Amino acid sequence: MDLELLIAFGAATVRVATPLALAALGEAISERGGVLNLGIEGSMLAGALGAAIGAIAGGPWAGVALGMAAGMSAAMVLALAAVVGRADQIISGTAVTLGAIGLTGMIAQQAFGTAGAGLAVPTLAPVGVPLLEQVPVLGPIVFRQSPLTYLTVALVPVVAWLLFRTRFGLELRAAGEAPLGAAAAGVRVRMVRSLGVLAGGALAGIGGASLVLAQVGTFTERMTAGRGFIAIAIVVLGRWHPVGALLAALLFGAATALQFLFQASGITVVPYQVLLALPYLLALAVLATAVGRARAPAALARNE
Amino acid sequence: MTTVAMPRAAPLGGLARTVIAFGLGLLALVLFLAVAGFDVAASLEALWRGAFGSRYAILSATLVRAVPLLILGLAFALGARAGGLNIGMEGQFAAGAIAATWVGVSVAGAPAAMALPATLLAGVIAGALWMAVPVLLRARFGVTEVISTLLLNFVAEAAVSWAVSGPLQESARTYPQSDPIALAARLPRLLPTERIHLGLVVALLLAIGMAVFFHRTRAGFALKAAGAAPEAARIVGRVRITPVVVLALLGSGALAGLGGAVEVSGVSHALYQRLSPGYGFTAIAVALLGRLRPGAIVIAALLFGALEAGAGAMQRDAGVPAVAVMVVQAVVLLAMVMGTRESR
Repeated sequence: MDLELLIAFGAATVRVATPLALAALGEAISERGGVLNLGIEGSMLAGALGAAIGAIAGGPWAGVALGMAAGMSAAMVLALAAVVGRADQIISGTAVTLGAIGLTGMIAQQAFGTAGAGLAVPTLAPVGVPLLEQVPVLGPIVFRQSPLTYLTVALVPVVAWLLFRTRFGLELRAAGEAPLGAAAAGVRVRMVRSLGVLAGGALAGIGGASLVLAQVGTFTERMTAGRGFIAIAIVVLGRWHPVGALLAALLFGAATALQFLFQASGITVVPYQVLLALPYLLALAVLATAVGRARAPAALARNE
Repeated sequence: MTTVAMPRAAPLGGLARTVIAFGLGLLALVLFLAVAGFDVAASLEALWRGAFGSRYAILSATLVRAVPLLILGLAFALGARAGGLNIGMEGQFAAGAIAATWVGVSVAGAPAAMALPATLLAGVIAGALWMAVPVLLRARFGVTEVISTLLLNFVAEAAVSWAVSGPLQESARTYPQSDPIALAARLPRLLPTERIHLGLVVALLLAIGMAVFFHRTRAGFALKAAGAAPEAARIVGRVRITPVVVLALLGSGALAGLGGAVEVSGVSHALYQRLSPGYGFTAIAVALLGRLRPGAIVIAALLFGALEAGAGAMQRDAGVPAVAVMVVQAVVLLAMVMGTRESR
C-alpha cells in the first residue's frame, strides 16, 4: 500500500472515530452510574440537528453549543423516565431514540424544507497543529483534524478525572455498583445518576455535532445510523474507562474507514456491503470476547 | 439477569393505562406538530383520511400495515413474557424477507399448495437463524440480547442491500430489487379490489394460538413464570430458566422472520431496500400497548396500522414527514413503562 493512501486511511479513521469517541465517553459516564442509555443514539441525532441549525444561524461553534444542548434535552427525557420515574431503562432508551427520530425529522423538514443533502452548513475545517503537523505520516493523520477531535482527546483525561478523582465520580460509581449501599451512605442516587445521564447526553450531543460539522456537512433524517449503539459496544471494549473508550473508538473508526480505503484503491474483492456491516459485526465480536473479561458496573440497567 | 418490560402491579388499571398511553401519544403528536409550525388541522385531517377515510384506506392501507405489526407485536410479546427483549425484529424481518424472496422466486412452476408454505417457512427459519446469533451470545458469553439484536439490524440492512444488488437482483439488472416472486408463492387477496391479503388471517390465527399457548398449556405457563419470577419458577416450579428464555427468543425471531415473509408474499411480492418502514420498532410499542397480551395486541396493531397508513397520507398531503408518528410510539412506550416498577 502506498504511503499517501495509508495517510488518507489514518486521517479518515481519526475523523470517523471522533463522534464515536464522544458518544462513548458520554455512555461510559452514564453506565458508570448504572444507567444503560440506549437513548444515546437519540441524543446524537438531536445533537446533529441542533448543530446544523445552530451553525447556520450563528456559525459552527454555535452549532456545537446547540448540539450539546439538544443532546442533553434528549438525555433529560431518559433521566426523568428511567431514573426519576424508575421505568425500564431499555424501553425508555428505545423510546428516546424513536422520539428523537420523529422530532428531528419534523423539525428538519420545517427548518430546511427538502434541501436535504444540498444544505450548506458552515463546518469546522481541519486545523493543523503548528510543528506537530510537519511530523511525517503521524502529522497529517493526527494533527490536521477538526478542533472537535482535539477537544475529544482533551476530554479523555477530564472524564477520567471526573470519574475517579472527584466526589461526584465516587458517588456516581457507587450508584452504579451498589445503589442501595450508596443510598445508605447518604448518596442521592437518583440525583447523581440523572447528572451522569445528562453529562452523557451532552457529550453524545457534541458527538452528533461533530458528525455534522466535521464529517458530513449536512443533516439528513436518521443520519446517525446506529453510531450510538456502536458507542455502547465501544464502552464494553474500552472496559468502561475513558482511555479505553478512545482506543476502542479508533478501532471502530478504522473498521469504518476501510470503506474509503477500498473505494479509493479500487479493490472489489468483497462487496461493499460487507464493509458496511463490518463495524456492527466487529461490535458483536467484541461483546462476545470482552464481556467475560471486563466487568460491567454491577447495577447496570437496574433501578434501585 | 433477565429484563422484563411487562408492567406488573400497575398503579393504573391495565386497560385505562392503554387508553391513556395512546391518547397521550396522539396529544404529543398534535403538540409537536403545532410547535414545529405545521398546519395541525390539515395534518390531522390527512392522517384520518389515510387511516379510516375510505374503504380503500381501511382495507388497502390500515389493515395491510396492521398485519406485520400484529405478527411482530406477538413476536416481541413471546420473548418479553419469558424475560427476553428482542429489539432486533427489524433485522429478523429483513432476514425473513430475503429468504422468502429467494424461495418465492425459485418455486416458479410449483403448485401453490407447496410454494406458499415453503415461502413462509423460509421466513420462519431465516428469522430463527438470525436470532440464533444473539441467543448463542447470551447463552455462551452472557451478552445481553438487547445490544446484539440491535446491532444485527444494521447487518441485516446491509444484507438486503447486498442481496438486491447481487444474488437476488432482478434479471434486468437495472434496479436494486429482486424479480417478483412466483404467483403460486403469493398470499391471495381477501377481496379482489383491495390489497388486504390472507396474511391477516394468518396473523389473527397466530394471536389466537398464542393466547391458547399462554393460558392453556404447561409450556406457556412455564414461559410466563420464567419471565415474571425466575427464581420462584426455578425453585418451586422446577423450570429451567435458560432453555425457556432461549426457546422463547428463538420463537420470537421465527415469528419476526415470518412477518417479513408475509410482507413479501402478501404485499411487496419482491425484495427491495427499506421494505419495512420501522415495523420492528413500532411493534415494540404495539406489544407494550397491548400489555403483552395477544388479544389486546390485535387492537394495538390496528391502532398503529392506522397511524402508519395515516402517516403516509400526512406526508403526501400535508408535507409532514412520515417519521413524525414515531413521536406517538415514543410517548406510548414511556407511558406504558413509567411508574410500573419493573421486575428484574
